Amino acid sequence: MVETVFAPWDDPNTAPLISFKNVTKRFGDFVAIDDLSLDIFEREFFALLGPSGCGKTTMMRMLAGFENPTSGSMSLSGRDIAGIPPNKRAVNMMFQSYALFPHLSVWENIAFGLRRDGVAKDVLNARVEEMLKLTRLEKFGRRKPHQISGGQRQRVALARSLAKAPKLLLLDEPLGALDKKLRQDTQFELMDIQEQTGTTFVIVTHDQEEAMTVASRVAVMDEGRIIQVATPEKIYEAPNSVYVADFIGDVNILTGPVKAIGADTYSLNFGGKEPVTAACDRTFTEGETTHLAIRPEKIGIHAERPDGPNAVQGKVLDIAYLGNLSTYHVQLPSGQIIKAQTANTRRISRRAFTWEDPVWVSWSATAGVLLDQ
Amino acid sequence: MRRFVLIAVPYLWLLALFLVPFVIVFKIALSDAALAIPPYMPTMKDGLSAMFSQLDFENFVFLTEDDLYWKAYLSSLRIAFISTVLTLLFGYPIAYAMARAPHEWRATLMMLIILPFWTSFLIRVYAWIGILSTEGLLNRFLFWIGAISEPLTILNTSTAVYIGIVYTYIPFMILPIYAALERLDASLIEAAEDLGCSRMKAFWLITIPLSKGGIVAGCFLVFIPALGEFVIPSLLGGSGTLMIGKVLFEEFFSNRDWPVASAVAVILLLILIVPIILFQRNEQRQQEAEG
Repeated sequence: MVETVFAPWDDPNTAPLISFKNVTKRFGDFVAIDDLSLDIFEREFFALLGPSGCGKTTMMRMLAGFENPTSGSMSLSGRDIAGIPPNKRAVNMMFQSYALFPHLSVWENIAFGLRRDGVAKDVLNARVEEMLKLTRLEKFGRRKPHQISGGQRQRVALARSLAKAPKLLLLDEPLGALDKKLRQDTQFELMDIQEQTGTTFVIVTHDQEEAMTVASRVAVMDEGRIIQVATPEKIYEAPNSVYVADFIGDVNILTGPVKAIGADTYSLNFGGKEPVTAACDRTFTEGETTHLAIRPEKIGIHAERPDGPNAVQGKVLDIAYLGNLSTYHVQLPSGQIIKAQTANTRRISRRAFTWEDPVWVSWSATAGVLLDQ
Repeated sequence: MRRFVLIAVPYLWLLALFLVPFVIVFKIALSDAALAIPPYMPTMKDGLSAMFSQLDFENFVFLTEDDLYWKAYLSSLRIAFISTVLTLLFGYPIAYAMARAPHEWRATLMMLIILPFWTSFLIRVYAWIGILSTEGLLNRFLFWIGAISEPLTILNTSTAVYIGIVYTYIPFMILPIYAALERLDASLIEAAEDLGCSRMKAFWLITIPLSKGGIVAGCFLVFIPALGEFVIPSLLGGSGTLMIGKVLFEEFFSNRDWPVASAVAVILLLILIVPIILFQRNEQRQQEAEG
């Protein structure tokens, strides 16, 4: 059986569910969204990721209908939705604060949207029960929101926003109020529910790990612009800028002028004893300042000089023991600090290196990404 | 022991300032009027057993026989009820606007609501006489803009009483409603709209129910004092407005019939106990819902 990969964004024939075209949103002098274009496809689990104030919440509020773009157009299933009020859109939102109605029971909260549509009583009952079952809340239907736990409230909010079977579900930091353990479990639950219902989810988060876990594609935002939209793997392994590389996970950045030394191979003089080599299919002019981004886990740490193109000497400055991993901060003679990560695959083993030890760090030519910005 | 002392303090307070005066008033209500000082008999001077043997419910029977009293009670209830509704109608939008105002404005707006309390209540009611009388500011203004050719008679009508009560008690309506609305999470309204409510519908289904506690508290805070109101009807209402507070005053000071006046006061208190208990219940439920 051939399994087709879910990648509608690579298929030019697929019409997007949501399409932003040159959307700008200003609040007074402040530009929240700056000439942004973006397509989101049906059944996608799309994450908007960025620091606070980057415009991701504004994007979501525009999709929900609470804000209108200052210029540009926004469409949902091909229909322009600018100016359509929130109550007339086939879009529902799960609020960061959950916004459960405190005077209504869990059951009535979930039924709220269906009642507004005047759904027949037996259909409504069946739908609410279905939602309660989906979110494993059957026992709590008659409770009021203040009588259940935070995790349960989160599920009520999800059930309520899914009850009307929206084309698009918006989730504003849906797991922000949960503790770490519960958050991880809930991430998988969210993915299951998304798969079961086939709804398109757009999630806003500042937690990169959360975005990477749940999303089919991630958009990294900064100051009202989208810096990169790609699958989590691409975002991590092939970031298009130092900003993205730095925002997602840990990274070492070596900066300096480049020189082509072969087909798709460059040498970068970052200020160390000898230049390092990096493979890259992009072209750079000689002498152009570039940044080499290498993830710490791609860097090996050795006592003796290893064979291979990139090896630099330094001494161990700091060791961060994380349980599953150890991160070594190695200071080079030039003062730069390189982070190298090793997996602690054995339970009982002596640590090979300690503070102030002279060590060699090395990586392959393809381990890093050369970036021009 | 300390717990006992702590609990005893409020109870002693109630005993000294509520129960004891009430027992005295109730005792006077059971006495007969007399030309004496104090103007009723029997008193303690007659000896305890003689005093108790002469007490009777004659005055309460009298209240049921003369239709002045029950008409005054009914009229007071009606005026208090209508004033409460009017105060709510004017107070709610003000409280709503305050709660929706920008943060830096709210303290100022709150001050504006409380500020009139810094002036004597009597002076403010007298000021209304100046505004509402036939040659008053209101009539002169309406005349000047050409809205009327004959002066309106507002003073000494029940309209003037309603204006006076609404004006005086509106802060008591605004403050609890404002407190409830200010706590209201704006995302609840957005959630309601997101789920298919129009603005208006979201207001009815979310804002009103969630400010219910404030509405009920405000209504009681207006209704209870308005029921026994004496100054406003006697200054603004003229002789045509019948209110039990005024009857009470006249029995005490003009008729010097303390026993009948006390009986009127006891009945008024009994009428007030019902809304006071309801008010307490509302507060309690409110606290439980929040706890």
